[in-house]
Amino acid sequence: MMKKMKFHPLLVIFFVILILPFINDNINFHHIMIMFLIYAGLGEAWNIITGFAGQTSFGHAAFFGIGAYTSTVLFYRMHISPWAGMILGILLATLVAAVVSYPCFKLKGHYFAIATLAIAEIIKQIFISWEYVEGATGISIPVMDEGILNMQFHTSKIPYFLIAFAIFSIAVLTAHYIEQNKMGFYLKAIREGGDAAEAIGIDTVKYKLFAMMISAALSAAFGTLYAQYILYIDPFMVFTMDVSMKIVLLTVLGGLGSIYGPIIGAAILIPLSEYTRIFLGGTGKGVDLIIFGALIVAVACFEPEGILGIFKKGQRKKRGVDYARATT
Amino acid sequence: MPEPLLDVRGITMKFGSLVANEDVTFAVNEGEIVSLIGPNGAGKTTLFNCITGFYKPHSGRVFFNGIDITAKPPHYSARLGLTRTFQIVKPLKEMTVKENVMTGAFLRTSGKKQAELTAMEILELTHLAEKSDVPAASLTIADKKRLEIARALATRPKMLMLDEAMAGLNQTEIKDAMELCLGLKRKGITLLVVEHIMEAIMPISDRVVVLNAGKKIADDVPENVTSNEEVIKAYLGERYNAKSKKS
Repeated sequence: MMKKMKFHPLLVIFFVILILPFINDNINFHHIMIMFLIYAGLGEAWNIITGFAGQTSFGHAAFFGIGAYTSTVLFYRMHISPWAGMILGILLATLVAAVVSYPCFKLKGHYFAIATLAIAEIIKQIFISWEYVEGATGISIPVMDEGILNMQFHTSKIPYFLIAFAIFSIAVLTAHYIEQNKMGFYLKAIREGGDAAEAIGIDTVKYKLFAMMISAALSAAFGTLYAQYILYIDPFMVFTMDVSMKIVLLTVLGGLGSIYGPIIGAAILIPLSEYTRIFLGGTGKGVDLIIFGALIVAVACFEPEGILGIFKKGQRKKRGVDYARATT
Repeated sequence: MPEPLLDVRGITMKFGSLVANEDVTFAVNEGEIVSLIGPNGAGKTTLFNCITGFYKPHSGRVFFNGIDITAKPPHYSARLGLTRTFQIVKPLKEMTVKENVMTGAFLRTSGKKQAELTAMEILELTHLAEKSDVPAASLTIADKKRLEIARALATRPKMLMLDEAMAGLNQTEIKDAMELCLGLKRKGITLLVVEHIMEAIMPISDRVVVLNAGKKIADDVPENVTSNEEVIKAYLGERYNAKSKKS
């Protein structure tokens, strides 16, 4: 059905996102575009383990934070380039994901979700009381010369945007590739029934582990970028449940288990939260989440497949005739 | 005598104080259709679960193709060529019929095209081809049972274990299922079938293994099993057994 189109919808989405900051020169808008890419990308990463494989993680801030802290600590203490820090952060997050989730995969359903929540909180507490990483005070990243090597840019936000766009594209394409291939079929089979999946030869533990590791690796990359962009991190910013929950909520709103879901969700939530912060300031804190909460309730009641489900329904109506023929 | 394809030796499985399988030993040779029958609660499904690794038996061993598969995870036996279906069908609901079968086919290939070809071939064989793009959740129970078999077949098994694949089907559908079993046998697939519908399985089985209260009470060709006194007693109770003795 997609083949009739001239361009793959993903290409159109990429193109639109890429040109937007060059059309609108507003600095706030650039900031929102960067945050949008970070959260949409985190949503894509989270979607691999939760949307595809059905293992609900409420602790993805842990991987995001590990990515942010690894590069920041290496830069702050040893002046190692954030790019090297990003790679080490990815490796570390992947390792933590493997070690931590392996025993958790024995837990089913809600218990797995609770375990991820608890683990993320434990990691946050460790960072709060860890002196080498400046504990609860957090780290102000030393301002260095602007340039790609230091991943610091002081005159324009566009370079940050381009880096965010690159990592976002990698996340989307990774999720897309997984979805279209054997691993995607296997992860969805695991989501829909572990026993059925095992019976047809799927090593469910192995595939869940792969999915979690890929998901953690992508999340960590965004962590490094975020730290370099804000130039200050503390455990309450990067390891907070707010981050984990935003990832969950925007993906659920957009459409769980679809590569378009996180993009749609982030396109709504991020401008909403950034603009309420800009216009309402400190007094408006939480207004975005109130509106977003209402949206989630509406989606849960009327369209459990997320906003994407509304589009799908429209498509199905168009193809209604074929569908009816196929079912009889 | 050649080594049996599936060799079950002295399987005992307990749930607390309940003994679901007690020292069950039997074998299935390559190319055979063997059925496993017994009254409700005889331990047939438990035995299936022990063989395929969903349960870890208390004692006893299972060999497939000479390889010890006792207490190995189910995906391990599937990879060796021993695939099962479930009595309570487990379709991958949000996937289409074709995607369900492709998921099975991915066991022997990583290529999407190849998996699709295998899936289409098997959908033809199981009469599901015209429903290939329908979501699995919207199938009728008969089609879900077919899909269960189709998905298992897509893994290219040497041996297929069917757990009550015919239950709940009407007469014509049962005929189809019998034909399918015989067709699979001709293709060289060994079958172990749990079934309640005697008239369906007696004609197609090479051998029948009877379980009662967890123990094996008969293991013979269908003709001998139907006249076996202990089997009649298990199915009909003491009184009818006494009557049959008098006559």
